[in-house]
Amino acid sequence: MNTATSAHSRGRLADFLYRNSGILTLALLLPPLLWIGIVYLGSLFALLLQSFYSLDEFSGLIVHEFTFSTYRRLFTPTNLTIILRTVVMAAAVTIVSAIVAFPIAYYAARYARGGWKALFYLAVMMPLWSSYLVKVYAWKLILAKEGIITWIADKLHLGWVLDGLLALPVIGGSSLSFSYIGTFLVFVYIWLPYMILPTQAALERVAKNFIEASADLGATPRQTFSTVIFPLALPGIIAGSIFTFSLTLGDYIIPQIVGNSRPFIGTTVYALQGTAGDIPLAAAFTVVPVIIMGIYLIVARRMGAFNAL
Amino acid sequence: MPAAVSFQRVSRHFGHVRAVDDVSLEIAEGEFFAMLGPSGSGKTTCLRLIAGFEQPSSGHIEIFGQTAEGLPPYRRNVNTVFQDYALFPHMTVGENVAYGLMIKGVGRAERDAKALDSLSMVKLKGFEQRRPSQLSGGQRQRVALARALVNQPKVLLLDEPLGALDLKLREQMQEELKALQKQLGITFVFVTHDQGEALSMANRVAIFNDGKIVQEGTPNDVYERPRSRFVADFVGSSNLLPPEFAMAHGGTKAWTSLRPEKIKVVAPGEPVHGNHHTVSGHIISIQYQGAVTRISTDVEGTRIAAVVPTLNDIFKEGDPVQLAWETHNLVAMDAA
Repeated sequence: MNTATSAHSRGRLADFLYRNSGILTLALLLPPLLWIGIVYLGSLFALLLQSFYSLDEFSGLIVHEFTFSTYRRLFTPTNLTIILRTVVMAAAVTIVSAIVAFPIAYYAARYARGGWKALFYLAVMMPLWSSYLVKVYAWKLILAKEGIITWIADKLHLGWVLDGLLALPVIGGSSLSFSYIGTFLVFVYIWLPYMILPTQAALERVAKNFIEASADLGATPRQTFSTVIFPLALPGIIAGSIFTFSLTLGDYIIPQIVGNSRPFIGTTVYALQGTAGDIPLAAAFTVVPVIIMGIYLIVARRMGAFNAL
Repeated sequence: MPAAVSFQRVSRHFGHVRAVDDVSLEIAEGEFFAMLGPSGSGKTTCLRLIAGFEQPSSGHIEIFGQTAEGLPPYRRNVNTVFQDYALFPHMTVGENVAYGLMIKGVGRAERDAKALDSLSMVKLKGFEQRRPSQLSGGQRQRVALARALVNQPKVLLLDEPLGALDLKLREQMQEELKALQKQLGITFVFVTHDQGEALSMANRVAIFNDGKIVQEGTPNDVYERPRSRFVADFVGSSNLLPPEFAMAHGGTKAWTSLRPEKIKVVAPGEPVHGNHHTVSGHIISIQYQGAVTRISTDVEGTRIAAVVPTLNDIFKEGDPVQLAWETHNLVAMDAA
């Protein structure tokens, strides 16, 4: 009798939710909506607000008055150089990641089966299991003057190639680990999985049928690649590039450990909010990647990168 | 004049599986040729061999007298309508149809005009700007057809193109396809597992089983004169009479096919006009199917089904009846 009643009342709740599916949807969505609305967007707006305040240069205190003066400070030659340096690095990292990732993703999506596919996932994901810092420091050793790359180059009597590379203006330096080349290599290594996985997922959805249909309609494999496979993979590549581009724009650790210590946006924000205590300028700096990503997405959309979605 | 498609002892093996096993066939130019068979019978592999997606393990294929083996799909003047249409999702309907022309380097204005012609041929004018995802199954099917036909192929291959459509639409498309084929005069090679589709559309039918062609002929021929139990049963359902039974009732001592619609059902004692052989049995079940009624009977332990025009409820299950047939409707078959 008792169990019957409880079963009945439980049934009533289920019935109620079944009839009012809107309430159920709301109950399920409320926690994530609160999370995104308050914790995530809220802090983003707080940040945006900070960027419209300014720092009093004498007292070092934040003036809580609306002003564009902080944004104006972004346009000083020093700060513009920092932004340009970061954007060029992020673009280079993204392009090279896309080029390196595509064949790997293509092989994994089209040819790898069973065990090979598992191996692919393992190989791509495994670096993500170890600490970011450990990997970066490991790269510092690999790239150092006493490191394995220099050693191999010497053994192969190719030391002159390496020296020639390091002698290049701007991107060169005293050794790989003290040059933009080194910073670039580490960025590519660290963010590559984030390019491979979405690209592979997109290629996975290119049905074999599309490729056959294209060949059937007279397209050579090269034409099929450029008119069918690549456009269908493009949303995945764009998704990957959003990762590699924005992660590079915001990173503040790699340039501190590997490279010639010139500031990037991330390291600048880190310094401004820490030692300098200039929260408004730090906030203004963080708005830069947001705007760049926004423009990037709009352009990508205009160019039809998401047509296949 | 060479045949549109000719297979000379063609086989295609996948490991130990003989998907296509020693098939020879000739498809004449302008024919509407159906390859009919259950799934896994090798008919689709044959189509893929013509398209060039598969290469034969042995044997020789010619398309209009030109050796086809070794030739990739993009060097063959044949086009395919795929089973699931394979429309490119990132292109509009117009771009899909113009794709083959674009690949050939036809100028924009000309290919747009031709794509439009092709689309109006399948009654989809005004749909150029839509995306395939915005179309219904039947419309996608037409786009796939337009996309193939715009290239003016010498042979059009259709892989179960009507399989995903509902019955009404399927019947309509059958008619349209047939009319289109007549109008264009292109050789159509059509793969289907639906015998009704094959019989109603094709000039000639090849019936596949286990990678081999078991019978080939006009629809009327394969329906009226099945040469094996497999064909008799697969192409329309038929009564398969055992050799002893057939011999005792007007036939020869061989497995014999007797189409249900060739049988008359009359009440016991009622006279049967004309030169008929009669047997008596009793009714096991009656299935009302609208215009016709299917009556299953038991005659001396052999089940015989008759399909008769629906008149009124003169018979009931369990009733004794007489079955009558003209002996020329008994078709003796090979053992298989």
